[in-house]
Amino acid sequence: MDYNATAPIRPTVVQAVAEAMSVVGNPSSVHTAGRSARAQVEAARQNVAALVGGRTRDVTFCSGGTEASNAVLRGCGAASIVIAATEHDCGLAAAALSGVPVYTVNVDANGLLDLGDFEAKLATAEKPALVSVMLVNNETGVIQPVQQIAEIAKQHGARVHTDAVQAAGKLMLDFNELRVDYLTLSAHKLGGPQGVGAIVTAPTAPLKPLVAGGGQELGRRSGTENVAGVVGFGVAALEALTEIAAYQRVADLRDAFEHAITDCARDIQIAGQGAPRSPTTTCVVMPGVRGETQVMHFDLNGICVSSGSACSSGKVKVSHVLSAMGVSEEDAACSLRISLGLNATKDDVKRLVDTWTSLYTRTAGKRTG
Amino acid sequence: MTTKAPVYMDYQATTPLDERVLAAMMPYLTTKFGNPHSADHSFGWEGEAALDVAREQVADLIGASNNEITFLSGATEANNMVIKGVMEVWRHKKPHLITVATEHKCVLEAAAAAHRAGAKLTVMGVCPDGLIDLNALSDAISDETAMVSVMAVNNEIGVIQPIAEIGALCRERGVLFHTDAAQAYGKIPLDVAAMNIDFMSISAHKLYGPKGVGALYRRNVRATSLPPLMHGGGQEHGLRSGTQSPALVAGLGAAAALASEQMDEDHTHLRSLSDRLVEGLHAKAAGCFLNGSATQRFAGNVNICFPGLDGSRLLADIRGLAVSSGAACASAVSGPSYVLEAIGLSVREAASSLRFGLGRYSTNSDVDYAIEVVAKAVANQRGCKPREATV
Repeated sequence: MDYNATAPIRPTVVQAVAEAMSVVGNPSSVHTAGRSARAQVEAARQNVAALVGGRTRDVTFCSGGTEASNAVLRGCGAASIVIAATEHDCGLAAAALSGVPVYTVNVDANGLLDLGDFEAKLATAEKPALVSVMLVNNETGVIQPVQQIAEIAKQHGARVHTDAVQAAGKLMLDFNELRVDYLTLSAHKLGGPQGVGAIVTAPTAPLKPLVAGGGQELGRRSGTENVAGVVGFGVAALEALTEIAAYQRVADLRDAFEHAITDCARDIQIAGQGAPRSPTTTCVVMPGVRGETQVMHFDLNGICVSSGSACSSGKVKVSHVLSAMGVSEEDAACSLRISLGLNATKDDVKRLVDTWTSLYTRTAGKRTG
Repeated sequence: MTTKAPVYMDYQATTPLDERVLAAMMPYLTTKFGNPHSADHSFGWEGEAALDVAREQVADLIGASNNEITFLSGATEANNMVIKGVMEVWRHKKPHLITVATEHKCVLEAAAAAHRAGAKLTVMGVCPDGLIDLNALSDAISDETAMVSVMAVNNEIGVIQPIAEIGALCRERGVLFHTDAAQAYGKIPLDVAAMNIDFMSISAHKLYGPKGVGALYRRNVRATSLPPLMHGGGQEHGLRSGTQSPALVAGLGAAAALASEQMDEDHTHLRSLSDRLVEGLHAKAAGCFLNGSATQRFAGNVNICFPGLDGSRLLADIRGLAVSSGAACASAVSGPSYVLEAIGLSVREAASSLRFGLGRYSTNSDVDYAIEVVAKAVANQRGCKPREATV
């Protein structure tokens, strides 16, 4: 139950990837083999565009969400970056190393952007600024009001990037309605293969390539396209689009889990519970019981969960997301992230509740002491 | 003639995936799907183990250590990372970069980007055989030179640069040496220690592996420190952020392991096919000649000029044969090959050249088919029947 780290690859995607793998052809070659590879890439581009309600020609494929975010933050030509404190590590790191001033905007206790602080930072930031806000947070599932943020940004002449890696396929997205200039995606979070992602750009948004060379992807990203990966991305995007409605059931299961555990435990905290959240995610703080201990307990009970985001889970580091939401360092170290997939069942929730409750009961002494 | 069209003869653009490589990848596409960076559960560990195995396979082929291999999205990314990164690190002390006019577009573009960012750039010419002049290289190196970047095997004409000699010269002069080995890795013997190579760019899809993955070899010394091209979760020891794909990386590893097992076998096979192709074309399409050195070359690349013929019309006439008139990535851009111009061909001659790319699965009958259809097309354009028909 660690779907936010990566989702199992869809059987249909495996088949499509395997088929695409067995066909030779560089999509930039003009012969039949090359043109057939090109056609496959372009069909996938349509599906990915459809997933976010964007235009096909505005989709640029790359090696993943991290590359996509880096390419935008460093290739947009902004004079400053205004970024939410709860962004993914790759966004924060890319911003810090972009060479332009970075303004970090506070979030409230629910993880939502503090719009007052946002306007204040926008007013002082060097123009033109780039605003970078994740649509759905990977640790808490909190959904930012990106459309509203974008409207405010536009009044200040800023461009807007949203990292939609965790949002795509879970929420119905409309690129134009969001009013953003850049939207970034990763295939493996929606049941596609690892190693492929995309950048969707508004027609007027500049994008200097991060990787230069043969001029593939309309000059926006050089390097031979990962054809099989792109094909898999396309299939995953197409299927994910049809599943969005079914996530309501997952949200209900998630809510049932949260109700069950908050009923029996008063001292716990569910991060961002007061904000709109992605249907899959819950982040529970059990004060006094370290995240690693919780993960171990779940693992012994046959449930894979995470104590934070996957990329930082190898390191001993307190979640910057929870810290930004005002959770104390001690409590932030005691968090558990559970992310459910579409195939989650009532029985799964029962197991989750039982496993969680048994840990809670067992550690009662620790928590009061 | 038993060969059926279309015949794939464009192995420099990309190679078919070896079935054994696909078999090595499949587990990671299906049951072992974990995020290799999830340290919290066994799904993640399986993915990480795949990266470890592949790292050793990739390192072994060139005599490197595991910790000198970084996985990334391909040779284009590796070339960008090394060239932009090294020139950023050395921009004050040693701002000079040397590369060669016949390099892959991505090396030249990355070099141009470094130049725009303040680096001094020397783009050396080549001799008519496509090889660089070592004396000229020695003269070009100055106290300001940080790095020399020369590709091992040229993607368009297949010539093999004197990598060991360049490496020795660079080491002697205290200059970093980067080689783009996208077309060479697994095809010709390469040894990073013996050849004094500091950086090597590696691609999987030119070696019967999957597209979308490659590696960078970086010699583990302080002088080769690089800033990452992508920032984020700090994967690959902080050098390359982003979730790695265990399936793709396992594919690269398997491709490297296979290459190490059968490099000699592959080479003998390609040598024989290449000789057959060149002799056949000489016999049936009189006046054609091989572009680039006849001796210092990778046998899988046969670039031939058919003087006086229109290359694109020729391509149209041989539709059943997938060959190329230049680098694949340049296919979208019209205009003759800058590589062929650099070895002294006229614009017309460059436009009259075709690249025949042979590989592991090419056969004698593929070659015979190629000779036949090209000879016929050449004869058509010259307004006479092919020689064979007149016998």
